[in-house]
Amino acid sequence: MISDSSMLYSTPALETGDDEDQLLRVSLGPQHPSTHGVFRMNVVLDGETVVSLKPVFGYLHRNHEKIAENATYLSSMPYTDRLDYICPLSNNWAYAHAVEKLAGIEVPERAEYMRVILAELTRLINHTAFAGFILGDMGAWGSALMYAFREREKILDLFEDLTGARMMANFMRFGGCRNDLPAGWAMKCGKLVDDYGPFLDEMEKFLVGNEILLARTQDVGQLPKDILINGGITGPMLRAAGVNYDIRKVEPYGIYERFDFRIPLGEIGDCYDRIMIRFLEMRESLKILRQALDQLPEGDYIHPKAKIRNFKPPVGEAYGRIEGPKGELGFHLISDGTTNPYRYRVRPPSFINLTLLEDMCLGLDLADVVIILGSIDIVLGEVDR
Amino acid sequence: MAIDPKLAEDLKSQGVHVTSFEQLINWGRSSSLWPLQFGLACCAIEMIAATMAKYDMARFGAEVFRPSPRQADLMIVAGTVTKKMAPQVVRLYNQMAEPKYVIAMGACAISGGPFKDGYNVLKGIDRFIPVDVVIPGCPPRPEALLDGLMTLRDKIAKEKLIGKHRARHADPNGAASFPVPEFGPHDLEPTANREIWNPPTIVREEGGSE
Amino acid sequence: MIVEIETILAGIREALPNSGISFRKNPGPSGQHSLLVDGSNLVEVCQFLQDTLDFDLLSNVTGVDWPEPAKADAVAVPEGEVTPAAEGFLEVLYHLYSTNRRVGPLVLRARTADRAGNAKIPSVVSVFRSAEFQEREIFDLYGVIFTGHPDLRRILMWDEFVDFPMRKDYVAPDDYEYEPTPHDAVLEKAKTHYPSSETQDGKIQDTRKEPVL
Repeated sequence: MISDSSMLYSTPALETGDDEDQLLRVSLGPQHPSTHGVFRMNVVLDGETVVSLKPVFGYLHRNHEKIAENATYLSSMPYTDRLDYICPLSNNWAYAHAVEKLAGIEVPERAEYMRVILAELTRLINHTAFAGFILGDMGAWGSALMYAFREREKILDLFEDLTGARMMANFMRFGGCRNDLPAGWAMKCGKLVDDYGPFLDEMEKFLVGNEILLARTQDVGQLPKDILINGGITGPMLRAAGVNYDIRKVEPYGIYERFDFRIPLGEIGDCYDRIMIRFLEMRESLKILRQALDQLPEGDYIHPKAKIRNFKPPVGEAYGRIEGPKGELGFHLISDGTTNPYRYRVRPPSFINLTLLEDMCLGLDLADVVIILGSIDIVLGEVDR
Repeated sequence: MAIDPKLAEDLKSQGVHVTSFEQLINWGRSSSLWPLQFGLACCAIEMIAATMAKYDMARFGAEVFRPSPRQADLMIVAGTVTKKMAPQVVRLYNQMAEPKYVIAMGACAISGGPFKDGYNVLKGIDRFIPVDVVIPGCPPRPEALLDGLMTLRDKIAKEKLIGKHRARHADPNGAASFPVPEFGPHDLEPTANREIWNPPTIVREEGGSE
Repeated sequence: MIVEIETILAGIREALPNSGISFRKNPGPSGQHSLLVDGSNLVEVCQFLQDTLDFDLLSNVTGVDWPEPAKADAVAVPEGEVTPAAEGFLEVLYHLYSTNRRVGPLVLRARTADRAGNAKIPSVVSVFRSAEFQEREIFDLYGVIFTGHPDLRRILMWDEFVDFPMRKDYVAPDDYEYEPTPHDAVLEKAKTHYPSSETQDGKIQDTRKEPVL
């Protein structure tokens, strides 16, 4: 063991600053109302201007990967719910997708449709809650979130009908889903989809022309496209800057190539674009949901030969990724032919989207840091895992 | 001396309310708990949901989430406490003003929950700070959090402020703050506050199992 | 879209004749074959892939611990006869994509010489910024030293921590003394915390007082 090497690379202590340099060092978090969980930033300020910002991670590092390597493939499924705990069903799908690649498992058509429906509902939850939280960051604490969570509860009721749990669904299986849709579920879901458009109209009416929102978000935190791609930024963050890269189109997993939908793109990628892109994505999700509910075929919800017990994928490795609500959510699995994965790696979009946080914030005010962090849309369960 | 309950009822019907200082103080405390705005993990989302439109925790006087521990008197430990976070949680608890209460919400805060095998996961926040109410679930539903809040209100309403069995915060010798653990090379140091937490002793059952 | 890995391999060999690169077959159904790159040429190969073949997105960086080198060659099968490494090593995998050409993943793998003092791989942060935090994470959890990384320090664990917890031989601190319903392996673990005379039949009784309401 190279035990002394970690000492070589330890965090420099925060200097207290002598009288000449007038710099203010602020530790934002890990308990702070605007950091969306236990995230911490060591910020150095010159007056109000950010001159350095170092994120500190690990306050929610709960060893998901290590636990998964000591467990069977299927028993990691409930843990994926707790990665990005606002969108458990997307995480389920990403993991099931990676295992299906690893073992070469087919998924029946009905299950694919169910997965699309659940993933798009999850995208609605995520983006709606995002709108509530970012307005909270701007000072409208509570009001916007009230509207967002009202709609979220309606979708959670659907999830509860289907999976038995509000949040932690544990619903996907390798080769399908855990159970079939209950009677009348698709109709209830259709009603929700019909009602969601008017809700989005209402929410957008509050937002689009709001003076405070415009002043706080326009021309804040944009970076050039090539830097964003180089920094590994994916998802709505990247598309807000005008890069047409959505895994649903680029590498159509599941049955996404059957649906008619478009990829909204922003122009300059400031915080305003990032907020608006999410609203446009919700409109596209509603289109996908409507088509999927109309086309939903009869059939198996899980492949009849799908193995639940003593599941041993062949030796090999696979990287499977989906377009999660926050960006590219990938799982990299290495199998040595036993019941447990040899290596289980999560590619967390919100963690990697934070790579360029400092670059976005430098030279701006401390208050802008909060908006930029909010616009990246992080969930700490996924950042620290 | 406590007043005869029947007499109190009779007086109440006449519009005269008779109470003791203890009851009055406890009534006031239990009816306006200000939680610390402090979410750790998944349970925090359900905690937020409990304050929002459908569940509306404001009905029970506990919707004023304060971002500063100095202004809060209820800590809802909502989520997994990691070893890296544990010193901060204890520090926040120490910074809260008395009287202060702790709800351990969810399996992780109680015992490490599903993440108990993790090397960086604290196996229960009660190893470092005293917990008043535990709410099982992973995560508990918002209704469960409301039930936990009701339980805490009942507990506060029955608190003794004087005498031998008085509450911790009413006792001048009662601890108001607890030592903050340090980061060690392999684990927290110490791994638990042995003054308030010890694993239960093993007692062999009479007869034993054959 | 699966990348044409043979074409890429030929392209790299032509442009960088001394790159020490070899093809590794993935025996599984996923068909994601990989290229094993010699650590000393990793940065040049990445730069070539980015400049010439338009692989602009380094999506994922994975660290793997291989205490038994034979296992590593079973997952990434070499072509022809290759003498396996004498001792265990750490491996870092890179998944590259091209956002313009919409192809990927191109899997690169680089291996350290051993698992102790020479666990070193050059950092690719100068080519791909997205590796910055991921390499720090692999340093933190596996102990791979990325030479040339601008800010290599622990990221998830605290600075005073000395172990590398994701390694296969890491032993976590034994710190759950109390288990309400122990059985099997957990019971054996629980017993070690108590004098043996008290655990003959393995019963653990909770003697804590009921909370007073």
